Amino acid sequence: MWNKRKEEEYPPRHVNNPPPSPIPAKENVPMSSPTRTMEPDATRGSAVIGKSVMIKGQILSREDLTIDGEMEGTVECQEHRLTVGPNGRVQAGIKAREILVLGTVHGNVEVTDRIEIRKDAKLIGDIKTARIIIEDGAYFKGSTDIVRPEVGKQPAPAPASKPVPAAASASSAGANPQAAASSAK
Amino acid sequence: MPAPPSPQTRNSNGLDQFFASIQGSSGLSILDLSGASQANITFITNLGHRLYSDDIVRSLDDAFGGGGDFYENQNDGARADAFLAQTLDFPEQSLDGALVWDTLQFLSGPLLQNAVDRLARILRPNAYLLAFFTSDEKSAQIPLYSYRIVDSRTLSLAARGQRRPAQFFNNRSIEKLFQKFSSVKFFLTRDSLREIIVRR
Repeated sequence: MWNKRKEEEYPPRHVNNPPPSPIPAKENVPMSSPTRTMEPDATRGSAVIGKSVMIKGQILSREDLTIDGEMEGTVECQEHRLTVGPNGRVQAGIKAREILVLGTVHGNVEVTDRIEIRKDAKLIGDIKTARIIIEDGAYFKGSTDIVRPEVGKQPAPAPASKPVPAAASASSAGANPQAAASSAK
Repeated sequence: MPAPPSPQTRNSNGLDQFFASIQGSSGLSILDLSGASQANITFITNLGHRLYSDDIVRSLDDAFGGGGDFYENQNDGARADAFLAQTLDFPEQSLDGALVWDTLQFLSGPLLQNAVDRLARILRPNAYLLAFFTSDEKSAQIPLYSYRIVDSRTLSLAARGQRRPAQFFNNRSIEKLFQKFSSVKFFLTRDSLREIIVRR
């Protein structure tokens, strides 16, 4: 449903504001709104719901998805990664292969691989996951159930990523110094 | 801005007994009121248990902070009931252990007793609760920590500032507080933190 957008193809532009409606149908890019920086890697190659967009209903995604707006309902992103951006406010049950929370999530979460809750992010709800990373400064209220995949039923591997230079690869291999992952056995 | 002090570690006989009580079990439900941390989630879930995490001090600030005296605001019955409904909202006898840490020191009056009584209801029989109380009677403010589990008998204490406690808890007042529990055990420590293991 949502076209892929690359950051370099998404320049600021003037848009005539539509008539007021409870659920804006078009995406606006106000020139003067404060913007919290999204990590480039979070949106690269994924569908993006921008910070001015509000959705009520169900989202079923067959590709990586970034939500930086408001979402109320359910989100299914099986076999793919869901990123809740720093401006994202998601009130929904979520199922995904991998989740990165930079904003706010209210709802129960089922993750087949890994969930990561960053500093200043907020998650209220119960988590079922194989691995969890929670940074100092993140707020999480709820239960954590580690559900390890059965032998022979490993989660689908992540899509092949672009090769990175050796130096960058070495610096990103270690865990965040503020957190240590709970790894699947 | 000065860097926050490095976390300090301390051995904990109370923690040791808490984990000894659940040794050999799996699939238990444990409550941690110190705020979610990687260390505690990793340790408890690696034992095969489910961990409920909440930051009760933050919830207290949200419910009773802002205007007015923090502890006087806790005497507002409606706000207190709303706080308990939000914070300790578990079915009866649904938890197998509770790591309350030092958080009870920041509840006062009826809210304090109601919170402890609710803990008694939501814990299963023979479940253990670990609580800390300062033994420093004279200080107007006491340090507030996040308690991170290093291993079954070692804690890392990350400082979260200083706060005025609701009252000083002597041994008699602690026994009275937990009168609905079957036993209260005190651990002697070398520092100013008393450890209490309470059995439902």
